[in-house]
Amino acid sequence: MHSFGYRANALLTFAVTILAIMCALVSLSDNLNTPSPSAQIQVLNINWFQKQPHGNDEVSLTMNITADLQSLFTWNTKQVFVFVAAEYETAKNSLNQVSLWDAIIPAKEHANFWIQTANKYRFVDQGSGLRGKKFNLTLHWHVMPKTGKMFADKLVMSGYRLPEEYR
Amino acid sequence: MDWQGQKLAEQLMQIMLLAFAVVAFATGYVLGSFQMMVLVYAGGVLLTSLITIPNWPWFNRHPLKWLDPLEAEKHPKPQQPTVSGSKKKSGKK
Repeated sequence: MHSFGYRANALLTFAVTILAIMCALVSLSDNLNTPSPSAQIQVLNINWFQKQPHGNDEVSLTMNITADLQSLFTWNTKQVFVFVAAEYETAKNSLNQVSLWDAIIPAKEHANFWIQTANKYRFVDQGSGLRGKKFNLTLHWHVMPKTGKMFADKLVMSGYRLPEEYR
Repeated sequence: MDWQGQKLAEQLMQIMLLAFAVVAFATGYVLGSFQMMVLVYAGGVLLTSLITIPNWPWFNRHPLKWLDPLEAEKHPKPQQPTVSGSKKKSGKK
């Protein structure tokens, strides 16, 4: 009964059970962290703004994104996924979200960044309602942990407006 | 491994694993390194295996004392009445 194999089995089972409990505690310890991220987005230029042949409005713009997301990182953070979405309201839909840019931040050292970029993904409206439209630029992030619960949150920056005329 | 040794091995295994888990978690949290936690715990599991799995001499300090053979011979087993024919009959039933 109490053989080499029996003892090895009992030890491994108990060790793995404890490891699972440790991982759960690690995930819980993430709640002790209260992040205070900051971000700023400037729209430097509307490169062009036109109506596509089949009627949808499309914008190309250049943004200046500054963000400090270092406080999102804990000892249980594998990486952080961030994306900038343009959010606006139309008569048809109360919330339209168009992803303009995204990135994966692999480590805390890269979480305080500054980038000047044109929109990575096309900013196309379902329809032709973008002229003179007020919109928000929202920085969303998803914190991907090494183990346990994922966290997601966002920062809304408002007060942007598209031009009245195509160009 | 004798009875006392089994109890000792079992308790030692549980206490050591729990202790290493606490140490590993504390180390990882203080250093802010998940990897460090896993490494410390893995080391602890390895050490615990080496100490509690093999049949070390310190698990054999309380050997069972069996009765002397002479003592057993003084009280012989009652002899079973052996009938050669009955075995075959019962086997066929």
